[in-house]
Amino acid sequence: MSANPLLNPVPTKDGHVVGYVHSLETFGAVDGPGIRFVVFMQGCHMRCKFCHNPDTWKTRVGSQMTTEEVLNKALPYRSFWGDKGGITLSGGEILLQIDFALELFKMCKEEGISTCLDTCGQPFTRREPWFSKFNELMDYTDILLVDIKHINSDEHKRLTGFPNDNILDMCEYLSSIGKPVWIRHVLIPGITDNDEYLKQLGEYVKENLHNVEKFEVLPYHTMGVHKYQEMGIRYRLEGVEPPTPERVKNAEKLLEVDRYQGYKDWYPGINTLDQQPS
Amino acid sequence: MVEKTQMQNVDVKDAWEGFRGKEWKEEIDIREFIQDNFTPYDGDQSFLEGPTEATTKLNDKLIDLKLKERAHGGPLEADTKVVSTITSHKPGYLDKSLEKIVGLQTDKPMKRALMPYGGIRMAKGALEAYGFKIDPETDFVFENLSKTHNQGVFDAYTSEIMKARHNKIITGLPDAYGRGRLIGDFPRVALYGIDRLIEEKKKDLENCGDGEMTNDIIQMREEISDQIKALNDMKIMAESYGYDISKPATTAKEAIQWLYFGYLASIKQQNGAAMSIGRIDSFIDIYIERDMKRGILTEKEAQELIDQFTMKLRMVCFIRTPAYNSLFSGNPIWATLSIAGMGLDGRHHVTKTSYRFLNTLHNMGAAPEPNITLLWSDRLPESFKHYAASVSIASSTIQYENDDLMMKTWGTDYYGIACCVSAQPIANGMQFFGARANLAKAVLYAINGGKDELTKQQVGPAYEPISSEYIDYDEFMKKFDDMMEWIADIYVNALNTIHYMHDKYYYESAQMALKDTLVDRSFATGISGLSVAADSISAIKYGHVKVIRDEDGIAVDFKADHDFPRYGNDDDRADDIAAWLVKELFTKMSKHHLYRGAKLTTSVLTITSNVVYGKNTGTTPNGRQKGEPFAPGANPAYGADTTGALASLLSVAKLPYKYATDGISNTFAVTPTTLGHDEKMQEDTLVNMIGGYMRKDGHHLNINVFNRDTLLDAQAHPEKYPTLTIRVSGYCVYFADLTKEQQDDVIARTFHTSM
Repeated sequence: MSANPLLNPVPTKDGHVVGYVHSLETFGAVDGPGIRFVVFMQGCHMRCKFCHNPDTWKTRVGSQMTTEEVLNKALPYRSFWGDKGGITLSGGEILLQIDFALELFKMCKEEGISTCLDTCGQPFTRREPWFSKFNELMDYTDILLVDIKHINSDEHKRLTGFPNDNILDMCEYLSSIGKPVWIRHVLIPGITDNDEYLKQLGEYVKENLHNVEKFEVLPYHTMGVHKYQEMGIRYRLEGVEPPTPERVKNAEKLLEVDRYQGYKDWYPGINTLDQQPS
Repeated sequence: MVEKTQMQNVDVKDAWEGFRGKEWKEEIDIREFIQDNFTPYDGDQSFLEGPTEATTKLNDKLIDLKLKERAHGGPLEADTKVVSTITSHKPGYLDKSLEKIVGLQTDKPMKRALMPYGGIRMAKGALEAYGFKIDPETDFVFENLSKTHNQGVFDAYTSEIMKARHNKIITGLPDAYGRGRLIGDFPRVALYGIDRLIEEKKKDLENCGDGEMTNDIIQMREEISDQIKALNDMKIMAESYGYDISKPATTAKEAIQWLYFGYLASIKQQNGAAMSIGRIDSFIDIYIERDMKRGILTEKEAQELIDQFTMKLRMVCFIRTPAYNSLFSGNPIWATLSIAGMGLDGRHHVTKTSYRFLNTLHNMGAAPEPNITLLWSDRLPESFKHYAASVSIASSTIQYENDDLMMKTWGTDYYGIACCVSAQPIANGMQFFGARANLAKAVLYAINGGKDELTKQQVGPAYEPISSEYIDYDEFMKKFDDMMEWIADIYVNALNTIHYMHDKYYYESAQMALKDTLVDRSFATGISGLSVAADSISAIKYGHVKVIRDEDGIAVDFKADHDFPRYGNDDDRADDIAAWLVKELFTKMSKHHLYRGAKLTTSVLTITSNVVYGKNTGTTPNGRQKGEPFAPGANPAYGADTTGALASLLSVAKLPYKYATDGISNTFAVTPTTLGHDEKMQEDTLVNMIGGYMRKDGHHLNINVFNRDTLLDAQAHPEKYPTLTIRVSGYCVYFADLTKEQQDDVIARTFHTSM
């Protein structure tokens, strides 16, 4: 089991938690429902072979911003968020800075802003005190984007450096508390683009998760490869081409993504803790 | 006599059967009629029908004709002898047996009319450019016997105006062609019939003046008489097509046909820079609803009427000189059609016919005309917003304008868009179109002491140039202030001259006949190079700019020592300069006398002329090189908006519409995948983006949804994309009809993407 992230001291400034921010995107239209202000946080333990943002891996670097500073950067864009959009915390792996996420989302909820957490779940654990902190964060989170990198735990470890057991555990836990999620799966030729694995993943989601509003296949792309060269890291998927549109369609069929249309009528607040089935 | 009056009453009763309301019967008042009778529609697009076989056949024929013209490199046919008037030509058809709505500008489709009243040289030049030659007799008449608008203007221009015009600091002036931009209240023809309109105009003539024959009264009486003649001519023209429009229309088909005849009269008489059709969706919808209730019209037939009427708007054409085309490519005529919007009473004006007009883009494919303008309000039904967004994503042919802002500013809900983006009250508003002043050049004139940086002529007043190595901000601002005063003066006076002569030699009697006799006039000035000027001033203020001069002491290059804030990043330091420029030029122009008591407005709108204006302007302190295009309209300079799409929108929304009521144009390109992974997400994003911009008081937004690769491919292989349509500043154009330079310009623009 990995080290408990909460054992790290929480940096603060002016009475607010400080986070390590990689970058800000003012116009995120594919990072959760509606138009969203996306905060990419720095730091991730996973080393996904296909990662297109290796520059977000390193922890405790990047620009240090308080929750208040981030919120003030986001607020001018509020008029574009409509009734679904808002703020997305992404990464890197946001759960490595859970205190920052918690404080920022609390502030968002005071302002009536919709919150979305984009995570791969790797830090998830039911150990205390982390688990309570996570639960508290869920009180202020409207929806999550969860990447399932691979359904097979061994393959997952080969692909990312970590098994997927606690990640699937998080998915099931979110389902049990009725927290809406979008599941995403990157389709990589030769690795995840495999009918057998796709069927397994499709079955898994259908059988175990009852909170899926949308299921997206994200075709692998090579747009981040230049970053590896710049950073002097070997790119381990050299020569792998993006999947063909036919393969993407095939994956969508096997995963039965059309079953998950809830996102069309989803609004912040729907199907949260208050409405979980008893 | 008595018998005839009774006959009339019977006709009117029949035509108006089932219509509610009283006021509009007693006085000419289309707005009241619409308010009393229209049906807002809250449903979705599922009721819409596809094209009929006849529509498809006609449309194929029209596209074929247009592609032939493109292959030929210009018009296939043009009239060289008969001067176009309302009644000059015999009826023309695309295919008489299939057409539900009839009427062409000449006797053949796409045959250009001869329109010399704006200027005979322009008319001849246009003909010659495409291998035609004017008939010697007609030539003689206009060179010797009959004076044109263009001649009048040049008889009166001062040498100073001529020099400013020649050096392109004021440019694109309507001094050699029709000024356009008037929206006739075309539904009047349908609701009242021509006879009633003549009757009312006669009353107005009777009541015009109290016996003292001042210049104003004489001018007005002559104009009303011209209007009455135009109304009579409309009847004659309609008769040649077999219709009697002296009486009101009795069916939806007639209503559309009648109002189209009113429009047709306008485009036969005027080759204006913009010939808009107005805001007719609610009006037409009332007739369609009534026919459907009566059981004499099906949805399929209703759509056919809208499709074929729209097709007529797609056929409007004028012959232009190559110089004009390099300014405004693709033969645009801005037949702007405004749809939706709100009423002052809080009911929205989305009708089924608003949907039907958007549906023409599915039924007949994308096309530049009519210039479809959606009057946007937060309060429009969500289903309609989403449908419009889906059409935008599929065809990039819609522009969006802020109805809440315009309704509030203009004080009426019966306005339309008069050209590209300018609002105009339809019943009683008109405008004097005035092209634009080049503010980027004004910055250079301030530095160079009024000397033009390209021609080196002394154009502006010979103030001391800036002579120091580095530009001192305070010194510059003092000189820039003087130069703005000078531009304001010369610009307004050029326009005063132009509009005096246009009224005198090329009066729009057809359009004005379909408006109230007493109109409010706006004096529509404009600004080009706003973002270049704003960034240049910001460079001088924050960047410590060094001047590099040539052997004549003219500033030819600039170097900023530090980075400086640029307009387009939601950074007040730069954005405030842009907003200040708009207000300041307005304030300086408002000191001057304006012809006919017009009310000053300005616009930040360049259409495609940003390319030519840039070509005629030297290197500017913001780092833009000599000859490089300006950004279109109010867009941030190319490459200057680096903090994302929404920041860019927020910056443009800061420009004060209050001072620029003629319109603030913003042209936006975004790739489909940036908007979302699937159609539903893309629509949501677009709706929220437009809504957010409008909530921030943004005025106008052109939405283009495509990839840069598509444009590169279309440039290399035009045959693969014959009807690829894109939105440029204030209008729509076939990509293939742009010049190479303009295509490059569109490709170079900021495409908003995200990863």
